[in-house]
This record gives sequence, structure tokens and C-alpha cells, in this order.
Amino acid sequence: MFEKTGVATREMVMTKFPPIERINKGPIAIVECYQKIPCNPCQTACPFGAIHIGEDINNIPERDENVCTGCGMCVAKCPGLSIMIVDGSKSEDTVEFRIPYEFMPLPEVGEKVVGLDRAGNPVCEAKVIKVMNPPSFDRTPVVTLEVGREFLYDFRNFRREA
Amino acid sequence: MREVELLIIGSGPAGLCAAISAASSGAKVLILERTFKPGGQLVKQTHMFFGSESQYASHRGVDIAGILLKKVEEFGDKIEIMLNATAVGFYEDNVVTVLKDEKEYFKIKADSAICATGAFEKSLAFPNNDLPGIYGAGAVQTLMNVYGIRPGNRVLMVGAGNIGVIVSYQLMQAGIDVAAVLDAAPRIGAYLVHASKLARMGVPILTSHTVKEAIGKDCLEAAVVCEVDDHFKPIPGTEKRYDVDVMCISVGLSPLNELLAMRGVEMKYVPQLSGSVPMRTESCETSIPGIFVAGDASGIEEASSAMAEGYLAGLCAAAKLGHVPEDFEKRKAEYLKQLEGLRSGPVGDRIRAGMKSSQL
Repeated sequence: MFEKTGVATREMVMTKFPPIERINKGPIAIVECYQKIPCNPCQTACPFGAIHIGEDINNIPERDENVCTGCGMCVAKCPGLSIMIVDGSKSEDTVEFRIPYEFMPLPEVGEKVVGLDRAGNPVCEAKVIKVMNPPSFDRTPVVTLEVGREFLYDFRNFRREA
Repeated sequence: MREVELLIIGSGPAGLCAAISAASSGAKVLILERTFKPGGQLVKQTHMFFGSESQYASHRGVDIAGILLKKVEEFGDKIEIMLNATAVGFYEDNVVTVLKDEKEYFKIKADSAICATGAFEKSLAFPNNDLPGIYGAGAVQTLMNVYGIRPGNRVLMVGAGNIGVIVSYQLMQAGIDVAAVLDAAPRIGAYLVHASKLARMGVPILTSHTVKEAIGKDCLEAAVVCEVDDHFKPIPGTEKRYDVDVMCISVGLSPLNELLAMRGVEMKYVPQLSGSVPMRTESCETSIPGIFVAGDASGIEEASSAMAEGYLAGLCAAAKLGHVPEDFEKRKAEYLKQLEGLRSGPVGDRIRAGMKSSQL
């Protein structure tokens, strides 16, 4: 199915998430890279050596949940924009997502946006917490959003209200 | 008649890397570029590249062009780039005829040459495929990203390979609606991370679909698409109409290398490399000594491979001219290793088969 639509199944998505206890401890990178392609900037970008690809750059990246600090250095570096940061430590009702967003104009802090799932369907409301666009991100801004906890495994993107 | 030591035809990723590599060994290089701007397709590629650090992974194509041109400048006494200069003939005495600025026509004689001419877009046959508004996806990318021109308001993308999905994403970045991406193949050809980027923007990707016809009087007004069966035959009754003013055809590239065929190098049709390609050695040398090939002209791959191949061809062409650097073997082994890495995974299966069947 994934190879026909580009939409990962729930089972596939779950293999990339650590246990909920880890998410509740603090931020961590979710690396949604499912296909062996020749690419390794995530490994190179990680200052902690938490993402491992190895000698063969076609290997699928493995993120060590015990080493990853959720610093987010990899998010804007992934050419496939496949990485996001989730953080369940802030509240019992919500989770924070940090996702790459390469569209203008950028959202405003505090703005309510429409949360989208992996097929682009609206699933929830999301609140913009922070917008980061430093030169080191090389024009791939990263937006932090607050999302209801029940959408942890569904939320993947957002769009601004017209 | 002007005489040059090493002539490189094309200033895309392969040509620029070949020039840098050859000049760093000490060769004098002239690059012919048919447009007004060096960089080839890099200049319109606003997305980040895959690969590893050696191929500037995670940099945007347009910025890689800048990095390479800066290196070219460092060899200012060794490398000259002639712009608006199209190589139109390649003769057996190594004379290349050039049309410059569409008015001057002259000859250049080269001791050695590297053909880095790239590729051209394939087309697709369907009724009314000549209506204005139907473009090659590469043309639309050039319009948007080089000239800042909106090609239209609503687009149907035909082809779900890397170019199709990347250009679709860039159309959306430019504020243009993408109605759907379709592909006759049963699976998405693009890297799936690119496809997922589009999918989560809500753009449907329709595999096993083709264009039945284009509709419009003076320009494109709509497209009718339909499903195809396992044998790529349209399934009656599955027609869908999309009201679009732009259709992008992105059904693959073919190597552009007629100059080499004209020069008389041994050519072979290799389907895995998407067309007729020159037979060559591991060092990118064709059946005629001193004539090399690099990049898409030798078979369709990614720009990352074109750069590694360019470095390899430049190194080996310079060595053949007598410019053998002390670390020749080490550098050659390094470029070959990079290429092996880029081609070693499952997406490289086709390329590896193609390489095998085009090896001298």
C-alpha cells in the first residue's frame, strides 16, 4: 500500500515510535525512513551519535532512544523531510511536535492551524508554539506545535486556515 | 582553429566536477555550455540532495552549483567556461564544431574530451498532447525556479518518479494547486520519502493510471485519466476528469549523447540506463581512447552519481594526457567507492545491471 500511495500504514509508523514512557520522558526524534536509499545526512548531523546508518549509506537509519536527546539537529537536514521530534513531557493532555515546514508564509506563534495526518486529511486542531528558521536550517523552517495526545500517531503535518 | 587540451561538453554536475578534477591534476580545460548559465539542471533544483557528504548531501542543488563554480574559479588559470556555446558536431579528428550566441560557428580541436551532455525528457503519446499548457516537468521547474514564472493555476502531474514528485512539491511551494500525481506503474518510482511529503499535503498519488486524453480548444482545459490493468491496458469505465490548465509530463529521461555516436564510439541500447549509451571502461573512457563520458549522458542516474562520475572521468582523462597526480590510485579508488555506495542499495539494482552490460 505504502508503495502505491506514499502513505505509511499505522503498523509501519508504530515501528518508528519508541515506547510511550520514553516519549513522556522528553523530546525524541522519530525517523520515518522506510526505504533503503543512498543517504546519510541524519547520521552526520547528529551531535550525539544517536542515529546509526553505518558503512553502507543505503542502510535504514536506526535511532537509539537512550542516546537521542531530541535536540532536533537532524530535522532540517533530512533531504526527505522524514524526521520529526515528539515530546510528551510537557503535559498529560497534549504532545509537542517539531516538524519541518517549507511553505510561505510561515505561521505565527499562537496561531491555530489544521492538523493533518499522513494522507493529508484534517484530523485535529494544532497550536503553533514556536517557529524556528535560523540560517543553519538552510531554508527548512521547523515549527513546534501542540497537539492533543490522542493524535500522537496520526498528526504529521498542518495547513494554515485560508 | 582553436586547440584545447581537454574539452568538456556540458557544465552540469558531471561536467563541473570533471573540470575541477582534471584541472586539479594540471590539465587545461575548456567547458562548453549551451545556455547562458553554468550548472546544468542544478540551477533549478531547490530541494536538498540525497547521498553522503562527498556529494554535498543535504545541500540544495542550486547551492551545489554555487559550491562547484567557486571551485572552478579557484582554477581560473586552468578552466574556461564558454557560455551560449552549443557543440553541434564531433568529428573523427577530434574536431568539435560549436555554435556560439546563435551566430558564430567555429571549430575546436581537442586532445581529449569528456561528454557530459546530460539527458532529455521523454514524452507521452495521447490525444491532444500538443495543447499549450502541456509541459515537460523539467520545463515547468525551469520556468518556476529559474525565471520565477507561474506555469498556471492547477496542475496534473504525469509520472511519480523523483522528478514528478519533487516538481509537484515545488509547484505547491509556489502556491500552485496540484490536482493529482499519476503513474502507469503499479508502484511509486520516486524515493518514498518524497512521495510521503506530497501525500501528507493531501495530494493523491494514483498508481496504475494513465492519461486518456487532453481536452481544450486553444489551450489545456481538462485531462481525462483512467486506470490501467497489469498489462498497462486502459480499463474502460474508470475514466476521471480533472479540470487543469497545466499538465506536466514526467515519464523519464533519456541519455543525450548523439555527439558520441557521431564521433563513432561504440554505443549500445541499455534499457536499465534508459536508452542508447556509450560502452565504457571503469574509468569512464569510451571505445575511442581519450574520449570519456560522465553523468546522465552515460545512463540516467541521480546528480550525486553524476558528480562522482565527473570527478572520476576528469581524473582519468587528465592522467591519460600525462597529468598523473601522486595520489592518482587513491583518488580513483575513492571515486569508485563512492559510486559503488550510491549504487549498492535496492534502488541501485537497475543501475548495476546497466553498468554491467555497458562495460568495455
